[in-house]
Amino acid sequence: MRVIKDKAVINDDWQLIRELDCSKPIPEGKVIIPFIDWQASRDELLKRDTEHAVWIDGDIETETLLADLEHFSLIALDFPAFKDGRSYSHASLLRNRYNFKGDLRAIGDVLRDQLFFLQRCGISSYEVREDKDIEDALKSLDDFSVRYQAAADDAQPIYKQR
Amino acid sequence: MYKYDNYDQTIVNERVNQFRDQTERFLAGKLSEEEFRPLRLMNGLYVQRHAPMLRVAIPYGLLSSEQLRMLAHVSRKYDKNYAHFSTRQNLQYNWPALESVPDILADLATVEMHAIQTSGNDIRNTTSDQFAGIAEDELEDPRPYCEIIRQWSTFHPEFSFLPRKFKIAVSGAKHDRAAVKVHDIGLYLVENDKGEIGFNVIVGGGLGRTPFIGPSIKPFLEKQDLLSYLEAVLRVYNRYGRRDNMYKARIKILVNELGKEEFAKQVEEEWLHIKDGVMKLDQKEIDRVKAFFTSPEYDENAADDTSFAAAQESNKAFSNWVKRNLFPHKVAGYKAVVVSLKAPDIPPGDVTDQQMDHIADLADQYSYGELVVTHDQNLVLPNVKQADLFALWEKLAEQNLATPNIGLLTDMICCPGLDFCALANAGSIPIAKQINDKFDDLDYLHDIGDLKIKMSGCMNACGHHHVGHIGILGVDKKGVEFYQLTLGGSAENEASLGDRLGPGIAKEEVANVIGKLLDVYVEHRQEDEAFLETYRRVGIKPFKESVYASN
Repeated sequence: MRVIKDKAVINDDWQLIRELDCSKPIPEGKVIIPFIDWQASRDELLKRDTEHAVWIDGDIETETLLADLEHFSLIALDFPAFKDGRSYSHASLLRNRYNFKGDLRAIGDVLRDQLFFLQRCGISSYEVREDKDIEDALKSLDDFSVRYQAAADDAQPIYKQR
Repeated sequence: MYKYDNYDQTIVNERVNQFRDQTERFLAGKLSEEEFRPLRLMNGLYVQRHAPMLRVAIPYGLLSSEQLRMLAHVSRKYDKNYAHFSTRQNLQYNWPALESVPDILADLATVEMHAIQTSGNDIRNTTSDQFAGIAEDELEDPRPYCEIIRQWSTFHPEFSFLPRKFKIAVSGAKHDRAAVKVHDIGLYLVENDKGEIGFNVIVGGGLGRTPFIGPSIKPFLEKQDLLSYLEAVLRVYNRYGRRDNMYKARIKILVNELGKEEFAKQVEEEWLHIKDGVMKLDQKEIDRVKAFFTSPEYDENAADDTSFAAAQESNKAFSNWVKRNLFPHKVAGYKAVVVSLKAPDIPPGDVTDQQMDHIADLADQYSYGELVVTHDQNLVLPNVKQADLFALWEKLAEQNLATPNIGLLTDMICCPGLDFCALANAGSIPIAKQINDKFDDLDYLHDIGDLKIKMSGCMNACGHHHVGHIGILGVDKKGVEFYQLTLGGSAENEASLGDRLGPGIAKEEVANVIGKLLDVYVEHRQEDEAFLETYRRVGIKPFKESVYASN
């Protein structure tokens, strides 16, 4: 996938599978599969000698992932539309409350002007919408140098520095 | 008032750059209209019937004279020499060019102003009591908490794409002048039985299509828990608020569907996770912000003045103004002055560049350079010595700013309506004019006394018609404007939603019908009873009969 990670555009070896074709075996290598498919084939998947990853959208409670969290190197949070803000809360919870240390990836309707907010909620990589210039989107991570409030990016409230 | 430090100024400056870049990308075709829309809305920029509309934030309504002069300057340089104060204590420009908005923001940033989150599905400008800091009935000044909330909510990363807009109000007085119970979150500063001051938290009030008076879900919240508790409410709302239907997306619908107890329980569970963490507010920070809202050095001998009483004796026009446009001050010899933006010949809340400059000068001369915007769309000079009132009144009158009608029938709240707004179904400004034309007898208006008329040009209720003593809602029936009247609404402590009077009224009949309603009031009132009290006592029946019987 071509994504933004650590403030750079990179190609990594994850493959996002939006929908699994049940008639075929799960593709080899590092795949991000729908969480329901993970639930259905968990034991079989765990036998594979590879890293694991799932994607969820706002309809799936973050709490339903907790039992499996240790197995995931990456969790992708889907934005079916950029105005659907539920995954901001899910990201914050996964990072802060449930202590997820792997890669949290924003997928779907991910546009430049969301990235600053996303990064503050603990998102660590971004698949920018295909028709948009990913290099251009990179700039927005530095839109603001000051943050008022605490968030999942470990920032303390600014008043503590005053 | 609060002064920016380097951090605050940096955020606002960086915001100007960000929005300039967003606007340039839109104009260059790199952002679609659909993609630009939420970005411009997060900056208070609407595309309206005739031109864009830009809404500038005035945090909890507090303005310096320098800021008001800048607002006047912007109206001259980029707009048509006037502006409009809104019911959320903000200011709106109706004619800026889209291309010039980044320059407007750059100008505003020089006086610590911005348009951040004045629209969009985010946390809006926190509003408060226009008499905060000077009211006699105040337990504690709410403005430091408004400022703390402003900073916490500005570019909040988790709550910038909420299901719908989110409005917070804070009141520190016994008498609720901030319409706390019709907000997404309303906060009353209250004292518990140990003598500590904290917040009574109201959630899920609101107007619009489905009006609700909000219930209290936390009767006493300690101050240090303010932000963690707000964060918990917002997180529950962001996760579970409806996103399938924009008319059911406000938090009031979630609170109502879950029930108050269940909603409160979910918030409590969330809150317990975060209350003792980094969200806990330091007392040091509360004290730091409080230090910005100190009283000016009042003249101890202000009450010795006798000229004020003498001027009232000798000048009827002045004494009429004194009766309506002053508000008691906690310091003897001082008054808060309400500058009426409801002169009969102008749309309610409109003010010209000249008037803004003039008021700014008067604020410098008579009220320590500060003013407050009210949610009734007037301005307040909060700290005027009684000895100065006569001179101030004369100077206000020079610019048509001394109409003695505060709280009276002609002190109407009115949305921009069909004349400006793309959402409206019917006009409101022409109805305001009709009412002003019919009720031009000052003695009659003073005799009728306290009466809040609130008018909206559509169901979105920007004019708060549900909580008007007389509410007027414009509707469109097959291309013809009709007006539905409601009676008995109130946004104060004993908040209530108005009862519907009956079928819609034809446009040309609205003022006449109000005349009939007032006749019924005069006939039934006992002693000093105000319209709302009479209505609450006698009910809707006699009003209904009078209006519809003859038809």
